[in-house]
Amino acid sequence: MTLDSKIPDGPLAEKWTRHKFNLKLVNPANKRKYDIIVVGTGLAGASAAASLAELGYNVKTFCFQDSPRRAHSIAAQGGINAAKNYQNDGDSVYRLFYDTIKGGDYRAREANVYRLAEVSVNIIDQCVAQGVPFAREYGGLLANRSFGGAQVSRTFYARGQTGQQLLLGAYSAMNRQIAAGKVKSYPRTEMLDVVVVDGRARGIITRDLITGKIEAHSAHAVLLCTGGYGNVFYLSTNAKGSNASAAWRAHKKGALFGNPCFTQIHPTCIPVSGHHQSKLTLMSESLRNDGRVWVPKKPVKGLTARDAAKIPESERDYFLERRYPAFGNLVPRDVASRNAKYVCDEGRGVGPTGLAVFLDFSDAIKRDGKKTIEARYGNLFDMYQQITGDNPYEVPMMIYPAVHYTMGGLWVDYNLMTTIPGLYALGEANFSDHGANRLGASALMQGLADGYFIIPYTIGDYLAGMPYEKISTDRPEFKEAIEQATGRLHRLLSIKGKKTVDEYHRELGMIMWDYCGMSRNEEGLKLAKKKIQELREEFWQNVNVLGSANELNMELEKANRVSDFMELAELMVDDALHRRESCGGHFREESATEDGEARRNDNEFAYVAAWEYKGENQPEVLHKEELKFENVKLTQRSYK
Amino acid sequence: MKLTLKIWRQKGPNEKGEFKTYVHDKVSPDMSFLEMLDVLNTELIKKGEEPVHFDHDCREGICGMCSLYINGRPHGPLQTTTCQLHMRSFKDGETITIEPWRAKPFPVIKDLVVDRSAFDRIQQAGGYISVNTGAAPDANEIPIPKKIADEAMDAATCIGCGACVAACKNASAMLFVAAKVSHLALLPQGHAERKERVERMVAQMDAEGFGACTNTRACEAECPKGISVAHIARLNREYYNAMLTSYELPSKAGGDG
Ligand SMILES: Cc1cc2nc3c(=O)[nH]c(=O)nc-3n(C[C@H](O)[C@H](O)[C@H](O)COP(=O)(O)OP(=O)(O)OC[C@H]3O[C@@H](n4cnc5c(N)ncnc54)[C@H](O)[C@@H]3O)c2cc1C
Ligand code: SF4
Ligand code: FES
Repeated sequence: MTLDSKIPDGPLAEKWTRHKFNLKLVNPANKRKYDIIVVGTGLAGASAAASLAELGYNVKTFCFQDSPRRAHSIAAQGGINAAKNYQNDGDSVYRLFYDTIKGGDYRAREANVYRLAEVSVNIIDQCVAQGVPFAREYGGLLANRSFGGAQVSRTFYARGQTGQQLLLGAYSAMNRQIAAGKVKSYPRTEMLDVVVVDGRARGIITRDLITGKIEAHSAHAVLLCTGGYGNVFYLSTNAKGSNASAAWRAHKKGALFGNPCFTQIHPTCIPVSGHHQSKLTLMSESLRNDGRVWVPKKPVKGLTARDAAKIPESERDYFLERRYPAFGNLVPRDVASRNAKYVCDEGRGVGPTGLAVFLDFSDAIKRDGKKTIEARYGNLFDMYQQITGDNPYEVPMMIYPAVHYTMGGLWVDYNLMTTIPGLYALGEANFSDHGANRLGASALMQGLADGYFIIPYTIGDYLAGMPYEKISTDRPEFKEAIEQATGRLHRLLSIKGKKTVDEYHRELGMIMWDYCGMSRNEEGLKLAKKKIQELREEFWQNVNVLGSANELNMELEKANRVSDFMELAELMVDDALHRRESCGGHFREESATEDGEARRNDNEFAYVAAWEYKGENQPEVLHKEELKFENVKLTQRSYK
Repeated sequence: MKLTLKIWRQKGPNEKGEFKTYVHDKVSPDMSFLEMLDVLNTELIKKGEEPVHFDHDCREGICGMCSLYINGRPHGPLQTTTCQLHMRSFKDGETITIEPWRAKPFPVIKDLVVDRSAFDRIQQAGGYISVNTGAAPDANEIPIPKKIADEAMDAATCIGCGACVAACKNASAMLFVAAKVSHLALLPQGHAERKERVERMVAQMDAEGFGACTNTRACEAECPKGISVAHIARLNREYYNAMLTSYELPSKAGGDG
């Protein structure tokens, strides 16, 4: 198999315009002859579904929540980037492009990232027209803030609920098309498999989560907008239901998986409070603008936030300020996370588990007054107090890194098509634009760029070459996929073992966190691979899933998802093993500078790793898409 | 902590439900309410009993999926979502009653899970601004006073959880509908369709079987996002204004359209 990224020729700034011109079009009157399936109704899925229906295609959407409005995108807090340069502070499409490429540690395609920056400006226009109530200045114009260490203010936001407002905008556009009869929505319906006919994606198999009914849906193209796979780690900031199943099953049907080991670990999350912990809550990274991160110089067992004041200044280690005098507490996410891990590994972590560091606002409150700090972070402080019972105005917060985002995903070409013709991947589900590390406020931008402004063009090119005929779901390919999917569910139900799904999921998460988390090495990864294989084997012999397949059965849903995580986890480890360099969120201890900073290896690893599934328990085959940098010069990141 | 839980169990939509009592002694005050139920479910599975079904997803108070009626109050004793409620809000030894949302338009699917698709249908009836992708003018073309934008945002924060309906003795959905009507009526972009929007959304709300609003304000008191009943007043104004000058639904205006 040769990977063709289909990057258009021409100068960077003209590629997308030229490409759009060269794409084939579907005649307006003929669009209604094509059916498109959109799996997932987050920012990527809802925006795609609405836009495609507006063009005249017949769209079906699927999500596992009880309403499309509840997709995980709803939880995004901070904001969305766009190169509007409304602040006159030197932003431009080129600067957003450059920051994103550099932030991704040079492991993304120039052409994709440039296009993303280019369409970012249209996204804001579209959202405002839909009624998204972005924050405004007193003059009535849109407000911006600087986010995640960016040197320009290009982030648009709606209080701390930007994802919610953007999603409700896309949901409303989709609702309009549902009312018009152009979109049919299937909530509480989970996709179990993609159906490939004559080498093309022609439909999906679904399970109605309320009745358990298995159904087949045929179409001319299928879009997977099913989000990221951070929940491989069990504990993450993702919603509980976020899963990899749709992407993973597509992978097993022939879609290559790109850079699976690229995960983002966010430094400012509320630490684990006990074994019962079911998810982790993100605290906005804006807190690092005023909060100072520290631990005691010498280990103090079980140091609580209330006793923090007893540690004198001279006994405190403000480790980010010490190691990175230029950036201090504002170093990028991966650097901040890794350093928190190091001090905890040294036994200097705080709190009952020793897996936390302080984020202290006392100096900021002394300097600016409580009022100012309250105006900036009031809602975050309240949320923190509600969850932990501690009052951050009086005692330092405790934070610890948590899995937050997956840059890896299904490999797609410039048209967002996977290696299965007719199967597309959008949003966090694809690997495309963030390289080895995503910048804050760029995931929302990418999801909406994919759905509103890219897929409506690129899908036409594919469909224009397709016959109108619908295919029947009575075909053997559908029957076979149904049998496989049902077989798997029944197998899960028939094991009747001793351990719960959550117990297995937690164990898997621990393996991944310990060996394939913030810092990775060969020995650990090899061990992890073995442990995952053993755990998977045990799972299939000893998991206990009660109930039946023809009713609402949330344990069965979970078991099915965890069974896929167990397979994907091994691929993540393989990918991490093979990439013997440190880049972005992927830190290989063997590839570090003398003072312990990441060392990238552009000579050997400036490529996208795309993995091909070869059958159960067979090693996957690596394909490389070389990355060419014609516009930016590759430099090592330095925050000293 | 040790708690006695009285939980509504119902096998399916057409089955009869009943309360079952469970003693739960593995509760820590740091657990969230849903984590407390997770632990109970693990225990139940170990004993071969079916776990309690309840809706949840984000566990961050924003998706609107969680929906438990705890000790006679939607989302429990605090004005927050069920997932953001922690066990330190309860006392050791307490008995806690857990039910699904109770409202005719929200039929029970299983245990504590209800069907809220009526809310989606109300939104589909008119909760949008008609603008096709690509047809938008520059975002800064229409300045919107900060005060108006902030008020629209206040309304737009509704998470569609349905606590307002569950709290209301009439099972009225007015707060939910008002939040959307108000959000879009406040903004200039929403003005072109304001009449049709309010008429259609209210008509759909009635068709779904939600009750009338009798101004008890129970909804506002329980809404986890603090949506104010002032939005209901705005909805009413929008509605009467639309009815007086309607061209959308002539039959309502007295004709036989
Ligand atoms: C706490 C938090 C805060 C964040 N803050 C920001 C921020 O400030 N700025 C930013 O840019 N990014 C942020 N992100 C990242 C960003 O929110 C996500 O990357 C983005 O929203 C993903 O959108 P999506 O449309 O790709 O997928 P999602 O929103 O995850 O949607 C996935 C959809 O797929 C459906 N689905 C999945 N599997 C199946 C299946 N098998 N069958 C049927 N349906 C299925 C789900 O029902 C859902 O509708 C944040 C993330 C988190 C966790
Ligand atoms: S108005 Fe409040 S209680 Fe009602 S659905 Fe919205 S957020 Fe929930
Ligand atoms: S689970 Fe999302 S609001 Fe409670």
